Amino acid sequence: MANSTDDHEIQLLLEDLFQHYHYDFRLYARASIKRRLLQARVQLGFGSIAEIRSAVLRDATLLPRLLDFLTVQVSEMFRDPSYFRALREQVIPHLRTYPSLKVWVAGCSNGEELYSLAILFHEEGLARKTMFYATDINPTALKAAQAAVYPLDRVRQFTENHQQSGARSSLSDYYTADYGRAVFDRSLGSQIVFSDHSLVTDAAFGEMHLISCRNVLIYFDRDLQDRAIGLFRESLARRGFLGLGSKESLRFSAHADAFGAFVGKEKIYQRIGA
Amino acid sequence: MTDPTGDRTPLERAVVIGASAGGVQALSSILAALPAHYPHPILIVLHVPQRSDSLLVELMRPKCGMIVKEAEDKEMLRQGTVYFAPPGYHLLMEQTMTVALSTDEPVNFSRPAIDVLFETAADALGPDVTGVILTGANHDGAQGLCAIGAAGGTAIVQDPSEAEMPTMPRAALEACPSARSLRIDAIVQALLREAA
Ligand SMILES: C[S@@+](CC[C@H](N)C(=O)[O-])C[C@H]1O[C@@H](n2cnc3c(N)ncnc32)[C@H](O)[C@@H]1O
Repeated sequence: MANSTDDHEIQLLLEDLFQHYHYDFRLYARASIKRRLLQARVQLGFGSIAEIRSAVLRDATLLPRLLDFLTVQVSEMFRDPSYFRALREQVIPHLRTYPSLKVWVAGCSNGEELYSLAILFHEEGLARKTMFYATDINPTALKAAQAAVYPLDRVRQFTENHQQSGARSSLSDYYTADYGRAVFDRSLGSQIVFSDHSLVTDAAFGEMHLISCRNVLIYFDRDLQDRAIGLFRESLARRGFLGLGSKESLRFSAHADAFGAFVGKEKIYQRIGA
Repeated sequence: MTDPTGDRTPLERAVVIGASAGGVQALSSILAALPAHYPHPILIVLHVPQRSDSLLVELMRPKCGMIVKEAEDKEMLRQGTVYFAPPGYHLLMEQTMTVALSTDEPVNFSRPAIDVLFETAADALGPDVTGVILTGANHDGAQGLCAIGAAGGTAIVQDPSEAEMPTMPRAALEACPSARSLRIDAIVQALLREAA
């Protein structure tokens, strides 16, 4: 039987995090949250979830460490190269026609997806007219995204992915290697605005031509997914594009009618109608 | 949620299966022996290369009377249906009898990991789950099977002497001493008895 003491304590902890810190994980997919909170209990050295609860209420400095368990920072540059290839070949031609562009990377984590798009836009000659908005709820991740430094041993995979996305340049054009780290070019960041924004508790922000939000919605239950999709609907310009992760879709959403499948296989949608 | 088959019996049990090297063969034999109307959903993690497209479903479908599909995020589990974890994603079972996918870090170098499916199934269903560990060359699933056993569920392991790769069955038996070690045909019999 489900360990109901843990379940009850987790519910209380999530309520407290919302009431005291305005982080709302109450409608996240529970099995994954539970697994990760039980890991947090062990790794942070607590005896029970109840102990985590009282500690985080007493001591706000525990919050960022807890957020590192409650959110998942697993990513890659050009993760699923075929997604980026589809953007390049099918979406970019439409975006070219605009005098200026706004792109929102929602749930940007440590910046891998963000810089993939920044590099892709650079390769396609659109970088200079594009503003990127990169948002996440994890402050540590946002800081890492801003720093744009990755362990060099991850870059081999990034490079392979980049090539498969139909690269027009070499990834090494964009970073310098330094003591086992790849430091990405500062100029990539010049048109990026980073901000703390939650798809659960914050409002839409507007007139985006492309929103890329990958592998964030799978952590939400269906109602919460729908809230986030509603935000995207409001935030997109007419005929703007929405890209989701490979196992995420609008199929079950109440907002499905507001979108058409643009590259169905890659979960790229276009805003249609009102 | 409405059920297109018109079948609204509430689900009470589920079967979870984990397999790795040599698993396609072993799984085919089991799935081929189960009837189309098998009353429990069957959730499967089979280790395959991360980047492969999921050909598994295509491969298994013609051999199996049950509906075979790749598990979709947040879908409701149904009777008579086999769900495969998609390559590159963990498959988790929720207490609400739905499934969830995640891109959490690999566990035991695997994503999907058998441990993740089995541990969440044990959590969701307690005694009402049957876990089966088949052939494989690593230790994934041992912890998970142990969790199923501890929660009062039924723990089954393919007889290592029959398994193409005995490492994974052996590790599971070691971690979960209450598990029964059975040959494939006996595993099928055990699953059929649960359907009765
Ligand atoms: C698995 S990562 C995805 C990274 C990247 N988009 C990718 O696909 O590789 C999920 C990210 O979503 C963020 N996240 C979780 N809840 C969020 C919310 N309510 N609003 C915005 N971002 C959120 C997490 O902090 C994490 O950085």
